[in-house]
Amino acid sequence: MSATAPRVRPVRPVRTRLTRGAGLGLVAWLLGLLFFLPIAWMALTSFHSESDAATNPPSFGAALTLDGYRDFFGTGGGASPWPALVNSLVASLVSTLCVLLLAFPAAYALSIRPVKKWTDVLFFFLSTKMLPVVAGLLPIYLFAKNTGMLDNIWLLVILYTSMNLPIAVWMMQSFLAEVPVAVIEAAQIDGAKLPTILARVVAPIALPGIAATALICFIFSWNELLFARVLTGVVAETAPVFLTGFITSQGLFLAKVCAASLVISLPVLAAGFAAQDKLVQGLSLGAVK
Amino acid sequence: MTATTTAPVAAAPVRTTRQPSTRLRAWATRAPLLPALIFMIAVTQLPFVATLVISFFDWNALYPKARHFTGVDNYHQVLADPDLRHSVWTTILLTVTVVLACLVLGLGLALLLDRRFRGRGVVRTLLIAPFLVVPVAAALLWKHVLYNPEYGLLNGLLHYVGGPQPDWISNTPLLAVEASLVWQWTPFMMLILLAGLQSRDQQQIEAARVDGASDWQIFRHLTLPHLRRYLELGALLGSIYIVQNFDAVFTITSGGLGTANLPYTVYQSFYQAHENGLASAAGVLVVIGSIIIATFALRVVSSLFREEVSRA
Repeated sequence: MSATAPRVRPVRPVRTRLTRGAGLGLVAWLLGLLFFLPIAWMALTSFHSESDAATNPPSFGAALTLDGYRDFFGTGGGASPWPALVNSLVASLVSTLCVLLLAFPAAYALSIRPVKKWTDVLFFFLSTKMLPVVAGLLPIYLFAKNTGMLDNIWLLVILYTSMNLPIAVWMMQSFLAEVPVAVIEAAQIDGAKLPTILARVVAPIALPGIAATALICFIFSWNELLFARVLTGVVAETAPVFLTGFITSQGLFLAKVCAASLVISLPVLAAGFAAQDKLVQGLSLGAVK
Repeated sequence: MTATTTAPVAAAPVRTTRQPSTRLRAWATRAPLLPALIFMIAVTQLPFVATLVISFFDWNALYPKARHFTGVDNYHQVLADPDLRHSVWTTILLTVTVVLACLVLGLGLALLLDRRFRGRGVVRTLLIAPFLVVPVAAALLWKHVLYNPEYGLLNGLLHYVGGPQPDWISNTPLLAVEASLVWQWTPFMMLILLAGLQSRDQQQIEAARVDGASDWQIFRHLTLPHLRRYLELGALLGSIYIVQNFDAVFTITSGGLGTANLPYTVYQSFYQAHENGLASAAGVLVVIGSIIIATFALRVVSSLFREEVSRA
């Protein structure tokens, strides 16, 4: 019965299957474009003059100009965004480097030569990620104020390192677990010490994973607002804090707002597009491969 | 006789050499872990303990000399404050709505993108883009470029069909914040669920199809159970980030019109109202709420994790 039933069952006509497949592909395209529309519109608006940007109905065919970008980079009056961009770059890059330096040995201890109760340690790291930022913000602010660390980019470096370290330890742990133990043991027999093994044996094998970890730490640091907003002022202001200057601005600066948003998002957009798969794998803490 | 005298002598040197060396080795395996561990405790746990201590003081930063111990007064005050209770409710509503909407939309998109069609890679890249825009920039985009009642794109498009011209943020402030967050986080859910779909056992699905199972039956009885862990993971990670959302609330409504969530309220009560004690008590309450979510969440993660370990 069950052996003959499938053969008897009429096969769905090929044509309806094909048209339905194409139809669903079209739906996917439409939804993709719909999700992208706000960004496309933002990009178009950034190339319009301010008067063309703020019209209803929207002006699709208005003349293109670089005025929005010129305004943003300070030649059109207002503060220059360069210090904020440099601050963001320094805070993101240096904190990412610190995270890698701290997380790599820790991940080694948790995956290749596991310490006892290593899963407990791993869960401790993850649990700090569930401690809301606001839970420690006030003491950190008071500490910074009393030690003169307020409006100091290096304080952000420390905080961003602590913000990303748990995720980095988790990610690297899962990447390092894939390094074959035999290779490490061979190096040990040859008399290599731990730092040499880490730098010469483990790091090259786990390089793609380390790169993915670095990428995610960079993105999170670059995007961070709450710490930067509370702890920086004029000198150490980061790019997202610079953007908050546009919160109350009205239509007079629409093209400038769009140009600013795009320029500041560009590093993250570029990095994210370049490593889409690594991004999701890292964000899901390695649980999704 | 000789045996009893030689045995301890033989054992002694072994014990004295082995014991320090095993202890040394134990520390050697732990050592690489210590810098990260100590750093994390210093930067995250110590401030929280300080918050806990401050929460028992009546302390306004503008009147530092009037600072004094008040016990649990701040907690009473915070829990009796209708604004704060409202922000607790807002946080729950915001998180649940956004995470659920993202999961449903993300699942739909993942199912569409799981099929082969022309330009699938391009569509995937288009869909990921919202997740990659800096959160403040995304919030500004929604606030000024889309929602603005006079020149925003939404009303601009409504103009063509002769529709109404509502002031989105004033009329439906929380929904406005939620829509922008759904737009940002749906791609992330889609990516996780897509990875889940692509890890399905294709032979099993083929076998079910040969046995005459319909698409819906395959989805209901094979795909959905397989996706459960991925749905849980998406919900968990989404919740962690949306509960703590500050950027969208701060940018789009500045916490006005009843959209202030807990992170924004805590930020406001010490950064603008300078009420250190009250802010700390609110912060501690946020942590207690988070611990409740986290105990559930950690169980989910550890079950995911155990499966991974047993697979290895």
